[in-house]
Amino acid sequence: MLTKRIIPCLDIKNGRTVKGINFVDLRDAGDPVELAAIYAASGADELVFLDISATEERRKTLANLVLKVAEKINIPFTVGGGISSVEDVDILLQNGADKVSINSSAVKDPDLINRLAAKFGSQCITVAIDAKLIDGEWIVHLVGGKVPTELNLFEWAKEVEKRGAGEILFTSMNNDGTKNGFANEALAKLSTELNIPIIASGGAGNMQHFCDAFIEGKADAALAASVFHFKEIEIKDLKEELRNKGIPVRI
Amino acid sequence: MKIVIIDYGAGNIQSIKFAIQRLGFEAILSNNETEIKTADKVIFPGVGEASSAMRMLRQSKLDLVIPTLKKPVLGICLGMQLMCTKSEEGDTTGLGIFDAPVIKFNNSVKVPQIGWNQISQLNSPLFNNIKELEYVYLVHSYFVAECDETIAISDYGVKYSTALKKDNFYGVQFHPEKSSDAGEQILKNFLEL
Repeated sequence: MLTKRIIPCLDIKNGRTVKGINFVDLRDAGDPVELAAIYAASGADELVFLDISATEERRKTLANLVLKVAEKINIPFTVGGGISSVEDVDILLQNGADKVSINSSAVKDPDLINRLAAKFGSQCITVAIDAKLIDGEWIVHLVGGKVPTELNLFEWAKEVEKRGAGEILFTSMNNDGTKNGFANEALAKLSTELNIPIIASGGAGNMQHFCDAFIEGKADAALAASVFHFKEIEIKDLKEELRNKGIPVRI
Repeated sequence: MKIVIIDYGAGNIQSIKFAIQRLGFEAILSNNETEIKTADKVIFPGVGEASSAMRMLRQSKLDLVIPTLKKPVLGICLGMQLMCTKSEEGDTTGLGIFDAPVIKFNNSVKVPQIGWNQISQLNSPLFNNIKELEYVYLVHSYFVAECDETIAISDYGVKYSTALKKDNFYGVQFHPEKSSDAGEQILKNFLEL
């Protein structure tokens, strides 16, 4: 049986792991390669590296870090941040990334999704969507959640699926950094209306929140950062708890 | 032991090279016919879209080389699928080593399947020291049904072949290089065949 995935996210700036509260006020939480190895050993199913400074600073690749991570760890990982071309993706995959995640560049150039899927296959193309609930409508935002677009979350999600995305990483800006739980209603709607895996992101504060994201939110995977980085939740304990609740996990 | 990873432009070969390194061996990346023919173990990786991967294989004439190999060959993911008769993905003709076609998951499940699933009915030395229902990492939209050459199955809406064997040819749908300690054990088993 396919299991639900637990994914620590390592936000990277200047080669170090950081996690912002609502994407500002950054705190340093360690060396990414070392953290990656610890997470792989502790039962994480997958890792995501997001260069959160990349879009603003136009930093191109994390190729060097990717190579170091690939050398050390034996679980899959996704890399995102500043990826805007077929060449960018080619370099990251060649260096050992399993998947790439694109965000702003997909909004600016939706055909990029088609080109990437055609060249590398849908299975390695994750489209990350940051959205904020404004006056009852989920609006897609760019540049780490700072710039609103005119896109509706659900319409955009369906379009990226049609264009060949292999999965969607949905971050609720309303929930991110709050530790009050994931945006389960929006997650469930995404998961029901689309036929590709949905990764829940933003709002994890305790173990029950993960449980809710899988049951109420129907998510295929759940991503979190600070609760793992600051050891508020141990992945082993979390997986035991999920299994006790009847949710299939790899232990 | 000479280990060659076939490098034809379609695959996450770096990860496989590193996984073999972690086991204490060195692998050569090559698309050279002589290198591949003189290897003790050959790994045939593949990530991406079937028809373009097959095109790259043909361009380097490796489609003619791989079926003639006599030493153990391990196809991984798309590599395994290209060793089959044909694939629905891009209406692709495969190498025909395994006598089974590759078909797409239907929409009763999310496609692609991404994540950790279990392998069972393990029936090969490839799975020495691997327990029934062990977890492995998979990312794929197409699959091979159960057939005479099946040596492991998984269940994703349908029971299907997660590993195949014919003579010296092995294929795994999952990524041993990304399947944690179990994956490394399976790679080790292959290197010890």
